[in-house]
Formats: sequence, structure tokens, C-alpha cells
Amino acid sequence: MTRLLVGPFNRVEGDLEVSLDIEDDAVASARVTTPLYRGFEQILVGRPMADALAIAPRICGICSVSQSMAAAAALRALYGVARAPNGVVAANLAHAAENMADHLTHFYIFFMPDFARAQYAGRSWHEAARRRFKAIEGAAANEVLQARRRLLEIMGILAGKWPHSLAFQPGGTTCAVDLGQKAQLVAIARDFRRFLEAIVFTAPLAVPLGLRTPEELERYCEGKGADGDFAAFCRIARALDLENLGRAANPLMSYGAYRGEAGAFLNAGVFDPIASALSPLDARAIREDVSHAYMRDGPEEPSLARTEPYVDKPDAYSFAKAPRLHGRPAEVGAVARLAVHGHPLVRALLERSRGSNVFVRVVARLIELAMVAEAAEGWAKALALNEPFCVVAPHDEDGDGVGLVEAARGSLGHWLGAQKGKIRSYQIIAPTTWNFSPRDASGVAGPVEQALVGAPLEGHGAGAASVQHVIRSFDPCMVCTAH
Amino acid sequence: MSAGAFNILWLQAGSCGGCTMSMLEHGSGGWFRELDTLGVNLLWHPSVSEETGAEARIVLERVEAGETPLHALCIEGAILCGPDGTGFFNRLAGTGRAMLDWARALAAKADYCVAIGSCATFGGIPAADPDPTDAAGLQYRKAVAGGALGADYRSRRGLPVINVAGCAPHPGWIMETLAALALDVLTADDLDALGRPKFYVDHLAHHGCSRNEFYEFKASAETLSQRGCLMEHLGCKATQAAGDCNQRGWNGSGSCTKGGFACIACTSPGFEDIRDYHRTPKIGGVPIGLPLDMPKAWFMALAALSKSATPQRVRRNATADHVVVPPRGARKPRE
Repeated sequence: MTRLLVGPFNRVEGDLEVSLDIEDDAVASARVTTPLYRGFEQILVGRPMADALAIAPRICGICSVSQSMAAAAALRALYGVARAPNGVVAANLAHAAENMADHLTHFYIFFMPDFARAQYAGRSWHEAARRRFKAIEGAAANEVLQARRRLLEIMGILAGKWPHSLAFQPGGTTCAVDLGQKAQLVAIARDFRRFLEAIVFTAPLAVPLGLRTPEELERYCEGKGADGDFAAFCRIARALDLENLGRAANPLMSYGAYRGEAGAFLNAGVFDPIASALSPLDARAIREDVSHAYMRDGPEEPSLARTEPYVDKPDAYSFAKAPRLHGRPAEVGAVARLAVHGHPLVRALLERSRGSNVFVRVVARLIELAMVAEAAEGWAKALALNEPFCVVAPHDEDGDGVGLVEAARGSLGHWLGAQKGKIRSYQIIAPTTWNFSPRDASGVAGPVEQALVGAPLEGHGAGAASVQHVIRSFDPCMVCTAH
Repeated sequence: MSAGAFNILWLQAGSCGGCTMSMLEHGSGGWFRELDTLGVNLLWHPSVSEETGAEARIVLERVEAGETPLHALCIEGAILCGPDGTGFFNRLAGTGRAMLDWARALAAKADYCVAIGSCATFGGIPAADPDPTDAAGLQYRKAVAGGALGADYRSRRGLPVINVAGCAPHPGWIMETLAALALDVLTADDLDALGRPKFYVDHLAHHGCSRNEFYEFKASAETLSQRGCLMEHLGCKATQAAGDCNQRGWNGSGSCTKGGFACIACTSPGFEDIRDYHRTPKIGGVPIGLPLDMPKAWFMALAALSKSATPQRVRRNATADHVVVPPRGARKPRE
């Protein structure tokens, strides 16, 4: 057995180090380390409650709207108020823009460049992948940054700026939109849709959105979608058998996304990929284990827990805690959201693989991108001019509130306790904390640690592209993980 | 790497990655094209470069050994010095070394050292009370000179750390600073007393604010989402905060005050320790934070005068979330 250390692991968000035990040229076991701790939960305690809206988003520059939304939701639960209906729609639209920008950035800037690596030279698809997806130099890179820039103009209108806006408040959003701005929002949504249709899917969105089975996906990739980047990925994935790489079979969890008056656009729940069974989410069954985290022991319930670093702790190897649902790890992200929501293609791919894998994680992300892009224009049109966007929230000074939202990378929860108007306790469980969880007290590994087991190295050791694909298929955000 | 290119190495310390996210918005043709146009070569950037693991370590080692010339070292995020000066709260993965150590080693090799964002400049949010990680900026701890590199640090071309403050900074602030360096047109005179580029900090966030008419008449918003001036009640620091935020669009057309929430002075050291961001601290009904260079008595006198002269239109619109009284007078404008 050989031990390899992989790091700095780049084209992820933040710092990540991976330790691999190698046997027979494959990964026998893995440990993932978050080597950065900034202390947000400690910084929040003792501050006026509403200051969470300024501090918490700054946990993460890539999903700051999600962090804002979770903080605002926790405060809203504590105050016991409802948002102005316009504020709900505006927040969903801004959140959609951030999540779409994240999926797009992940696919083109973080994930696809690995297929351009010299390691794959000589493969039939390599030269095309190199021209299109090579890091920084590939033809796609600047096209995508232009589309991303245009999409994020939604933030200029609804959120003032991005990242780190204070527009998302317990009672709604702070910027009432006028007719001209509404027209701009619709135009931006249409521009982004056109980009997806022209470049990513090479078909009207209805085509990828209508795919129900793996066979239909294959036909689409050979037919209408053939010239698009999504199909290029699917063909490479087939050649490299990415459906059998990075497999894990944990419960898939979603808090539900884009809530509105008529419920959530994507439902909440837990999907078991082994039994193909859906069950309701019970957020009260969430605990955080710190047996392998550089943290002092304490209560495991987020509403009671504290965060106290302890860097000399024996057996600890990460600043991340280990979240568990009903005592088990859970995988979160686009694949979990669409599985829980009942998307037929994603469900069928999970059934075929009896769990999640590199391929289905990426497919789910792009299908979700199409779904949200289609919905975004409708949300822009639903803004009711001259109706309020924000209501004044009466401030309860004491109590507890939980804010559960879906960031691009998965389920994000904020647990806030307040006393005399000040934050008494604040705990955050971010999506990547779930996926990149270290082992728990029973020695059970987190989803990524499980998914790395069996990855073939083909003589490349720590430099094997397979390891890069597995890790990046989860779209990790390490700055969120330990915050 | 093209010959004669201006080599940049970008690292992330105790950061949220937001400065990079902002940076990626820059350039109408895409940021990478913009870099190419300016002759800037990205030696390595953790979010966008191909090199990972051992390949990335080699890039860093060559710079440290002086084999690769480093024209600008860009660091995003606070330098976490804790616990007990070890820097263990932020190790550069795969290297076993603290970012504190890397920053010092690489800054010694750099023609210019650029702190990207308020964390790298002054410590930022990680340095907020109780500062659990002993966070510092590269050359400042909040407003006090020192920081991870020390007050006396000068880059090889003789400049202090160039502090592109902001949380997150406008992508233009970052790129224009880097462009000025690559074009060899930035001098010590172009930086203010805190090492920030004057081209954007010689303005106040207040300048060009779309709420200026409300400010002039002291017609104030009482709650968030109203159109009036945010200074009197809602904590707005724009009359005291450095930045040309309202003179250039964020994400196309936005700014904090246009977005309906108050400026929290994110370009200033100490913004992380503000309490009650959206409530204006007052003594005897008068805001404590007055415009920087205005004597209090004058401000009081002008405020009283302008409040007495506030047009009905401005007064009513100030507490509405959309225009309820448009600017139409009884007199017709002259043809």
C-alpha cells in the first residue's frame, strides 16, 4: 500500500487536499482534507441578528446569494413573518442567476479542461476537446465568460452587485423593479437561453428537457445535440466509462429549491438510489459529528452546537465537520435535487448505476441549467410592478430560526439562535460539508471519500485524471465547507 | 508563456473566492482575452489554471527559486496567522506549508505585490472581532501598518503592497490596477496613504448616487426598499467611504445604493466590525458619521435649511418604493 497526497487541488472553489491509499494501481481508500478555517460561526456570535445578512454571505463569493437567502430565511423563521410576493419572485430570479452562473462556470472552467490534459493525447476525441476546453486557452472559455457576464447583469438590477449583496432581507428584496428593468430582466433571460440553445445544447431547450431515458439521451447526442458541448461531454463520458467512475450510493437529499406561493419549483425530500424510494425530509434528524474534525466535542444538534477549533486533536484531519442525516452521510447537489424531484432521466441513470456517479452528476447539472433557464424568463415576467418587494419585519428579539435553501452545490442550512436581539448561536452546514465530510465516529466515510474508492490510476499515481474527474464531479466549494 | 509577458501569480489565502468571481466578470470579450490583449500571462491561478497537485507545486517552486520571473504576486484573502503564529488555519494544500509562509517567500520575489480585496488588504471579515484566526492583511492589520509582510516590506520595484480594497472589489478596480502595472504606468504617487489605487479611492461611494436629490433635501428612507436617502436612518456610509461605486456600474448597471441597501464602507479598514449595519448611530438625533470633510455645524445648518425646502414630490417619493410623484411642475419647461 502506498499513500499519495494530492494538492493543491485546483479548479475547485477554495483549498482541498486529498490523501489516497493506493493498492493495485487503484484507490483503496481516501481522506479529504479542508485545510482552511476562517471562523465565521465564531464571528457571528454576539452580533446584532440582522448583521448575519452582511457577514454570512461573505462565507462564499461563489454562492453568496444562497448564503444570504439562508440567513434571511433563518431570520424570517425567527421573526415569524412572510415575504412580499414580489420579493419571493425577485429572490428566486437572482438566486437562479447565481446558480446558473455556477453550473456554467463549473462545467466549462472547472470540469471540462481535464479532458484536454496531455494524459489523454492520442484518444480520438482529445484534439477537439483540447481546442474547445483547454484551461484559459480553449475556444469555449471566453465565449462562456461573456455569457456569464451578461447573465450576472440580473444582479446589477435586482441585487445592486454580486457577489455580496444586502438586497436579500427577511421581508423580501430591497429593490423595487420598474417597467424598464423588468424588460431588461426578460431580455437577459432570453439572451442566456439563446446561448444555451446555440452553444451548449444546439437545440431548443424543450429538446434536452424532454429527454426521459438514457437511450433518448444517446440518440439526442448523435442527432440534434451532436454539435453542442453537452453532447461532447456525453461522448467523452461514454469513451471513458464515467458512469462507472466515482460511484456512491448514499441517500440523496434536497431541501427544495425556488420556493414560491405555489410551493417549490424543485421539491424537498430524500431519495434512496438503491431502493429507488423517496421519503420526506426530516431536518430534525440532522447532526454534525466532529470526531475527525479539528474541533472540540460538543452537542451534535446544529441548534445547540458550538464551533471551537482544536488543531492538536488526535485523529482529526479536516476543518470540516461530518454532517449526518438519520446517522448516515447524504449526497447533495443537482443530482440529488433532480432525483428527489423525480426527473425521469436522472432517476433512470441512477437506477442503471445503483447510485450516483461522475456521469450522472454532470448530466443532472446541465439538465437543471436548462430547467432553470426556461423558468427564469417566466419569473422575470411575474414581477408585479407597483406592488411591494419588501415588507417590514417586526423584530422578535429572542428565539430560534432555521433557514434551509438549495445552493448550486446542494443543501445549505443556517441554524440561528438569538437572545435579546443578539446572535446567541450560529451554525452553518454547507453543501460541500455534506459531500466532503470526513469520517464520523463509526468510521463511516463521506460521499467523496466513498466515491474515490476504486478509481483506476493507470500508472499516473496522484496525477491520474480519474481522481480529478471524481472530485470535480461534485463541484466542491471548500470555502463554504469549513467556513 | 510568451516572451516578454507580464507574469502574474494569483493565490487564494483566507478568502471566499469572491474577488476571483468578480474578476471573471471583466472584459467584454472575456477576462482571458483581456489578459492576452494586455500581455499578461497567468502563471497560475487556483480557479482557472490547468496545473493541479504536483504540477502546480512546480510552478510555485520555480517562482520561489527565482527560475521564473514574477512580475506581480496577487493574493486574495486574509493571511491567517493563527493559531500561535503557525498559520495552520490556512495551509496551502499539498505543500505542508502555511499560506503565511508562502506569501512571505513569494512576495520577496515579486516586482509588485497586489492585495486583492479587503481581506488581503486589511484582514477583512476573518479579522472581525473576536478574530478567531489571527487574520491579517498583507501589509495592514485593519488600519494599522504591519500585517503579514510587515510595514517595511517593499516589492522589488520599490512599492508597498498595492491594496485593491473592496468586498468584493469591482472587477474594473482589479483589472485596471493590473493593467497599469503591466503597462508600467503605476507609480507610488498613484496610491493613497493606505496603499489603495487613487483612481478609484479618490472618490466617495456617494458621488453619483442616484439618491442624491434625496440627500440634498434630507428626504430619508425609513425602511429598506424605499427610495429616499439611506444615510439618516439606514446606516449608509457612502459619504465617508472611498470608491467610485456609483460612477461605474456593477454587473452592468448596479450599485449598493441603487440596489436599495446602504453602503457599508467595504473598502475601508474596520468595516468588518460595524454593528447594526443598517441602522444609523445617532447622538441626540444627529448621525455620528457625517460627510468626511464637512464641519458638523454646517451640516446641521444646511440639513435644517434643506429639510424646510424639500419639495412635496421628493418628500413623498422618499418613503415609497417606486416613483409616486413624477417631476412635473405647474410651469412648462421653456422651449
